Amino acid sequence: MLKFLAIGVLRDRSRSFFPILIISAGVMLTVLFYSWINGYTIMLIEENARFETGHVKIITRAYNDMIDQKPFDLGLMNVSEKIRTLSNEYPQMHWQPRIYFGGLLDLPDETGETLSQGEVFGFGVDLFSDSFEQDLLNLKEAISNGNLPTKQGEILISQEIAEKLGVNINDKITIIGSTMYGSMAMHNFTVAGMVRFGVQAMDRGAVVVDISDVRTFLDMEDSASEILGFLPVYDEETTLKIAASFNEIYNDETDEFSEVMLPLKKQGQMEFLLKTLDERMGMFIFIFIFVMSLVLWNSGLMNGIRRYGEIGVRLAIGESKGHIYRSLILESFLVGIVATIIGTAIGLGFSYFLQYNGIDISSMMKDAKVIMSSTMRAQVTPASYYIGFIPGVIASVIGALFSGIGIYKRNTAQLFKELET
Amino acid sequence: MVLIKINEMFKSYPIGKGKFTALKNIDLKFEKGEFTGIVGPSGSGKTTLLNIIGSLDVQTEGKVEVMGNEVKSLSAKQSSRLRSEHIGFIFQTYNLLPVYTVYENVEFPLILLGMSAVERKKAVSDALKWVGLTDKIKSRPAQLSGGECQRVAIARAIVKKPSLVLADEPTANLDAENSHHILKTMKKLNEELGTTFIFSTHDAKVISYLKRKITLVDGKVANDEIINGG
Repeated sequence: MLKFLAIGVLRDRSRSFFPILIISAGVMLTVLFYSWINGYTIMLIEENARFETGHVKIITRAYNDMIDQKPFDLGLMNVSEKIRTLSNEYPQMHWQPRIYFGGLLDLPDETGETLSQGEVFGFGVDLFSDSFEQDLLNLKEAISNGNLPTKQGEILISQEIAEKLGVNINDKITIIGSTMYGSMAMHNFTVAGMVRFGVQAMDRGAVVVDISDVRTFLDMEDSASEILGFLPVYDEETTLKIAASFNEIYNDETDEFSEVMLPLKKQGQMEFLLKTLDERMGMFIFIFIFVMSLVLWNSGLMNGIRRYGEIGVRLAIGESKGHIYRSLILESFLVGIVATIIGTAIGLGFSYFLQYNGIDISSMMKDAKVIMSSTMRAQVTPASYYIGFIPGVIASVIGALFSGIGIYKRNTAQLFKELET
Repeated sequence: MVLIKINEMFKSYPIGKGKFTALKNIDLKFEKGEFTGIVGPSGSGKTTLLNIIGSLDVQTEGKVEVMGNEVKSLSAKQSSRLRSEHIGFIFQTYNLLPVYTVYENVEFPLILLGMSAVERKKAVSDALKWVGLTDKIKSRPAQLSGGECQRVAIARAIVKKPSLVLADEPTANLDAENSHHILKTMKKLNEELGTTFIFSTHDAKVISYLKRKITLVDGKVANDEIINGG
């Protein structure tokens, strides 16, 4: 019977071509949308992890209360010892101290007078121990001019702020700020290179300096604003477990300088963003199933009218209404499967294209305050290969379920009469 | 052996607040092996009577027994099984499934009966031999003449070797030559396989082949006669 139905579906284009066209298009959009959202989610997680949140982050409770201001004076002390302890307790993670600071970049002329000044946001990261931070911040690729710092006293500044203030490679600049204890601080640096991260929030005014220089500059011996922890591959569940176990031991509500670990998901608006993305995806799939079901229901009704003759003959030959109804559903299932395979293949093609090429959205990101890449890419995951089957097959079968009800509502003699006309 | 028994049967249809009675007080018996025509003008109730015998419809009053089964008491599934196992239908407009080949059209009733592929192949070949269409097995209905289409319809009706074949105006769309060819084929099947044929017709050509002729007028049996020495 299955073969008989398959032959009918293949030869009758109105039973196969139109539904396959509709479902394939919908599945293609679902796969593309899913991969796109996926790419966006992964990008959001990775960019934020690299620049801001880590997969987990350790800070003091006091720092956490004012985290938006990044108050390094409320940062962590005895960082070397802490990192040794963390590496022993959570060996699966890599730990990196960071200091975030704000300041004024001053470019002097040859007489030492200020030529230009601008606000900058500084990253104090470990540039020399190993290449972990360089890789994490993608510094080698981000260099747009000059080189990476090779010794202490060198600084990287964003291309945008360099152009704005007229800073050139090898220029001596001064960063003016305040120390951990509130007194004024100034430190001279040599510009080793300029960077363009492709993240508008960073490109507007970031400077990157080795953490040892920043410690000297801000009087933060063996201190850090934050310690970031990174898993080899981000896994939400693991980060939540690690954070829970850490907080149980170290988080003391009575001590504002006790340490607290924040998993990525619980930082800023990440939880809300990730939840919203999940909801949007679910909503898209639901809307797709609903709209496709309506279209296929209508198409099934039209097809049913066209096939009254066939249905009447099949009843006369001795096929039961139930059997005919089930065979229509089986047909729709087969059509759904074929259409989903086609739609998935096309959707994956587009998704891979967008994964490798991406779309430049920098013009839309000029005033963006969130850390987000200015090239948006899709990301194909194993789920991209099967996500389309849910709406594709369900919509097809629901369409047939509704349109086939007509067979039950008409009595056999009526169907038979319609056959005769 | 009595195949069909109809006693004091009425069939009415609701029309607005009233009703239209298509068949009135029908009393008939059909024996196995009959070659019977139900004749009468359009609207006399011929097709309605065939539908009730074929368990596609049920009577309003009276009793109709087909091969020992009271039609009105059969569930939808039981009447489907009765049609599937014992009754073949031939239609005025052939009603072949257009996307399938001649072979597949004839094979379809056997698929419903759950026969194996080997059994189906033999039965389809035999049926197509009977109607003389072995050279057309791969053709689609659109590639056949009207007469050939009706022969395929006959093959489809007899392939499962049913006890009863109901034919509703089988020659109405055929020319004289094709009509005679079809009727000869059915007559041969009736004589050699003992299949019971009941026609609804008002075609004079058919009448000359009948063994028994039942005349319906305004839903009543006006005449029931044995002819041709049947």
